[in-house]
Amino acid sequence: MGLADFFKRKSSGNVAKDRLKLVLVSDRANCSPEIMEQIKNDIIAVLSKYVEIDSDGLDIKIGQTESEGNNGSVPALFANIPIKDLKSPKN
Amino acid sequence: MGEVIVVTSGKGGVGKTTTTANVGTGLAKLNKKVVLIDTDIGLRNLDVVMGLENRIVYNLVDVVEGNCRIKQALIKDKRYPNLSLLPSAQTRDKSAVTPEQMMKLSDELREEFDYILMDCPAGIEQGFKNAIAGADRALVVTTPEVSAIRDADRIIGLLEANEMKQTHLIVNRIRMDMVKRGDMMSIDDVVEILAVDLIGAIPDDENIVISTNQGEPLVGSDTLAGKAYMNICNRILGEDVPLLDLNIKSGLFNKLANLLKKN
Repeated sequence: MGLADFFKRKSSGNVAKDRLKLVLVSDRANCSPEIMEQIKNDIIAVLSKYVEIDSDGLDIKIGQTESEGNNGSVPALFANIPIKDLKSPKN
Repeated sequence: MGEVIVVTSGKGGVGKTTTTANVGTGLAKLNKKVVLIDTDIGLRNLDVVMGLENRIVYNLVDVVEGNCRIKQALIKDKRYPNLSLLPSAQTRDKSAVTPEQMMKLSDELREEFDYILMDCPAGIEQGFKNAIAGADRALVVTTPEVSAIRDADRIIGLLEANEMKQTHLIVNRIRMDMVKRGDMMSIDDVVEILAVDLIGAIPDDENIVISTNQGEPLVGSDTLAGKAYMNICNRILGEDVPLLDLNIKSGLFNKLANLLKKN
């Protein structure tokens, strides 16, 4: 391991802390993979009424965001939904 | 009226029983009347950590089922006149006791003791529910490891859901040398992640193993862990004790000894 690698290396304590923060967000949200799958399918169903979306590229996850006013962070749903065609499929 | 404190963690092997033994003994040394209750039915341990394993006649299940009076089951620790132990049953399982029975038992013990300490089993099932049922305060023990912290977080959530009045954190087995290298989460890291009040941190001290071998809690002794446990006891009594410096001051002799060990 070179000197540069040594300085780049993230300490394992910090790795543990970052991993824990992520895992605890989903633990605390009490969201099972099944529920996440249902949410995903419902989002697809609703959006498909208006636009054509790429359901394979759709990615949703529970993360954290700083809440306004209330200090501290709160769970947040992050969704990345690629749109194939902005025009409504009905038109 | 006494206070009921449950020592819990979720994960096994993080030091619940050692903490119960030392905090209980420490409070007794501070002239409080203390009873320790081993609620881990089927996996009796607190008696052997306390060095009282040869004096068991009746146990927790006997008391709850009415086979004996509470007084008959309590083992008085001859070293500390204020300290008693109610051992667990070895041949039964968690379903032998209900949360309602535990609440009734703790209410009876409150009349006579200042502190009733419940040593909770690992897990979040029946045994955990029994142990927290009558408690006013919870001490959540964790180590600076991802598995223990994750379980502690779950436990803290369950304690909140059960409307526990006070929840305090004990970070056990801290190794300052590893924290300094960045290879172990620090006390501050753990407190930040779990977001509960810290009541003490215990260093990873080999004297703990020695004291457990001997069945004699080391609280109050001239060891780092002994001092750290005594500080927790004083904080339970409401005193404002600053956090102990866990950095082992290694003199020239220790450094030489370490050098020789390595070679």
